[in-house]
Amino acid sequence: MLRSKASRWAAAPYLVWMVIFIVVPLFIVIGYALTDAQGAFTLDNLATIGRYSSVFARSLLLAAEATVICLVLAFPVGYFLSRLRANKQHIMLMLVMLPMWMNFLLRTYAWMTLLEKNGLINRFLGLFGIGPLNMINTAGAVVLGMVYNYLPYMILPLYTAMTKIDDSIIEAAQDLGCNTFRILLRVLIPLSGPGIATGITMVFVPAVSTFIISRMLGGGSNLLIGDLIELQFLGNSYNLNLGSAMSLALMVIVLLCMSFTSSFDEEEMEGVM
Amino acid sequence: MKTQHKRLLQRTYIVLIFGFMYLPIAVLIAYSFNESKSRAVFTGFTLSWYKSLFQNEMILSSLGLSVVLALVSSVLATILGTLATIGIYSMSRRTQLIINNISYVPVVNPEIITGVSLMLLFVLMQRTGLGGEGGIFGWFTLLIAHITFNVPYVIFNVSPKLRQLDPSLYNAAQDLGCTPRQAFFKVILPQLTPAILSAFLICLTYSIDDFMISYFNCGTMQTLPIAIYSMTRKKVSPEINALSTIMFLVILSIILVSNALDSRTYRKNQAAIRQGRVQA
Amino acid sequence: MKWKRRALAALGATVLAVCGALPAAAADDIILNEDLSVSGDYDWTRFAGENITLNVYNWGLYISDGSDESVDVLSAFEELTGIQVNYTTFDSNESLYAKMKSGGASYDVIFPSDYMVGKMIEEGMLAPLDYSNIPNLAAIGPEYLGWDFDPDNTYSVPYTWGTTGLIYNTTLVDEAPTSWSALWDMQYANNVLMFNNSRDAYAIAAKKLGLSLNPSSVEEVDRVMQELQGQKSVVQAYVMDEIFDKMEGGEAALAPYYAGDALTMIADNPDLAFVHPEEGVNFFVDSMCIPATSKNKEAAEMFINYMCETSVGYANCDYIGYSTPITAVWELLDDDLKYSPIAYPGEEVMSKAEVFTTLPDEINAELDAQWSEMKSYDESGGSWMVVIFLVGAVLLSGFNIWRKVRRKMRDTY
Repeated sequence: MLRSKASRWAAAPYLVWMVIFIVVPLFIVIGYALTDAQGAFTLDNLATIGRYSSVFARSLLLAAEATVICLVLAFPVGYFLSRLRANKQHIMLMLVMLPMWMNFLLRTYAWMTLLEKNGLINRFLGLFGIGPLNMINTAGAVVLGMVYNYLPYMILPLYTAMTKIDDSIIEAAQDLGCNTFRILLRVLIPLSGPGIATGITMVFVPAVSTFIISRMLGGGSNLLIGDLIELQFLGNSYNLNLGSAMSLALMVIVLLCMSFTSSFDEEEMEGVM
Repeated sequence: MKTQHKRLLQRTYIVLIFGFMYLPIAVLIAYSFNESKSRAVFTGFTLSWYKSLFQNEMILSSLGLSVVLALVSSVLATILGTLATIGIYSMSRRTQLIINNISYVPVVNPEIITGVSLMLLFVLMQRTGLGGEGGIFGWFTLLIAHITFNVPYVIFNVSPKLRQLDPSLYNAAQDLGCTPRQAFFKVILPQLTPAILSAFLICLTYSIDDFMISYFNCGTMQTLPIAIYSMTRKKVSPEINALSTIMFLVILSIILVSNALDSRTYRKNQAAIRQGRVQA
Repeated sequence: MKWKRRALAALGATVLAVCGALPAAAADDIILNEDLSVSGDYDWTRFAGENITLNVYNWGLYISDGSDESVDVLSAFEELTGIQVNYTTFDSNESLYAKMKSGGASYDVIFPSDYMVGKMIEEGMLAPLDYSNIPNLAAIGPEYLGWDFDPDNTYSVPYTWGTTGLIYNTTLVDEAPTSWSALWDMQYANNVLMFNNSRDAYAIAAKKLGLSLNPSSVEEVDRVMQELQGQKSVVQAYVMDEIFDKMEGGEAALAPYYAGDALTMIADNPDLAFVHPEEGVNFFVDSMCIPATSKNKEAAEMFINYMCETSVGYANCDYIGYSTPITAVWELLDDDLKYSPIAYPGEEVMSKAEVFTTLPDEINAELDAQWSEMKSYDESGGSWMVVIFLVGAVLLSGFNIWRKVRRKMRDTY
């Protein structure tokens, strides 16, 4: 039998690895968050986070905006793709994934070129006598960067969920007198629920924790949680303890997000990868 | 009439979205041929940025490091992950659930936290004297970090395949005189190979692309994404555009080739099936 | 290219006659290539074949590295000595410090500025230099040695020096600014770039207020930080070396930066100009140091010695535009750079220039903490909101998980 006691030992190296490099580091973060530079217990770090509440609020808000925009943009794409013929689906899917495989620093850098005051978009608008618009170094630019970078993460799970929706269900709803809106509300959205949940997680979590996008497109004044953490670890205000406390707070936010969207089932994540 | 209208709308929407996704890449590529260094004007066509890219030692050495690191970490992660999958498979359902949930941590946790938490671990290790005078950060910390975030992807790719396998195959092999070891290598492993290979490829791409986790654990090393990051923080040279163009073309050709291979095997299979039918 | 850059570099430069100003090589010099030669009475090859790699950590764009047809001093060093150089860059003293502290990265040569040298000495992070391996110290002008941060130059050799100042785009400002307060001027709202590091940004606000750029109390930090906070609505972005692209591309009207980089920017975009604001500027000395953790100290000293060679110093100075402390290099420079008021300002600027000192730990910590707070400040949000939100988040997610697990249990049994 493959499920023998002996074969359990095959997992031993990984279990050791998992404990040392996944579990222990998380506890170290908690440990650092609850101690001061001398190693004595303190809650000061957690209290200090309060001073950065505007950053947390901004991160949550911008990431939420990006997630909603991604969802709205991606939903029709997922649907249209799932209704295509199989060979066409394959090609379109590749087209969705192709930009994802470009280094995301390069993709974000490309937006700098586009959004600058003397950038391509402004010069294009200038031809029609509009602008120049103030686009780079704003919160809007940060949201745009997030939407651009994470849109494929929303399209793919939505598409996966929607391929499982049979055309006949939609036709049945039509026959029963549903209009397009009601089909969307009563059939498509409920049936693509798991995809929506996965998509939200896969967009929101990286968006709320990024520091590259805000640094490149936000001009250093639209700080996000990620920027703050980076500042504490490798940046200007070297403070590992405070940085750990911030990381802990970020983990709590992610946990909250996951608790809504995940069912703690091992089958679910598999569709994602 | 109405459906035609709808289809037109659909098409336009899809084109717009793809336009949004590809516009920045097109801009990057276009500027790689720009003679002027400045992003403001397009003065003429040149290939000189490609030439200077291949003379840029910093980029080349970081590319080399990235490739070696990706290969080594992916191989190790694939081995570790495949072994783990087999071991976990024979555990009780409850243990499986616990292990799987812990393995999700690097997948769902923001990358910055994985990076930072590993960094703290290494800092602590360093304080206990590990790594000696020069400190622990460098090649090994990078390798460990990459393996750590790659292994879960292997597990979650291989374990569904393992569960789908017919357990009687293994028993049958043993009944026919295989030792458990032979049964595993001759019967089970070949069935898992496609899943293992695709897991390996996933690891490879994640590893080459990773910036966040490497950034906190690289020491004096510089992987390609870190080199790109340091380039974007300086006076930007169009070499970076040339690099993007090359990366895009490489990825595109990999996809096209794998697609072509896929469809060829598909056609072959179809042909084989048809032939089989004819023979029958 | 190089010549063009330099020709444009100085104010009022006329057409420059091509001059092959190669440092006249002495008879016993080793000629590396047409631009570089090093002293012959130094044993450059004693580490050849030992497979040594030096980790050099420098500011971005701070060495003549072969880009833009400049002289590649690094590969010349590798060829000369057989030592490999792993060259990486940082963008502020503070990130250098953080990387050294927490990354524990084993660098062999680093380039901190004055106050950071002092801080690192205090914390025992630097190794004392063995000057028998750095005979070229003699080439450094005496006025650049013996500063307070390292009075006997036990740990540091000056690499470059310079001042800060105000770069502006003449097509985007109405009248040439003369004061730091232009960076607070509402008419340039969203048109101002600002230093993205705490000490340099602080120095500007402090000078504007007529204070020293070295705070002596936490209250002083508070006051200056208030000023920086008030500037946020005018600032378009906080940048370091990104400033090159932004100023050259006309993305902003005004920005404070280092004089040497200003020369480079003016060479690339003649619309730009530079001024030493009347309130006074920061005078800095960037030095070469060896971290205490270096495993290749002697090879690192060889690298420092190499950097002080006249022809190498000339190549660097020519490319990066910063002012050189090596007397022989200065003498070789073209007159337009040699007497450039930007790179080598006169007495009226220098008399008002102030050097950063190493701050006491508590003031420094306060400065860094307030800096990140200043940057994250926003009108919205009470200070306890986040803590309450987080506690709520924990409870809510606990509840969610419990509910889901319970449902799952029910489903399975």
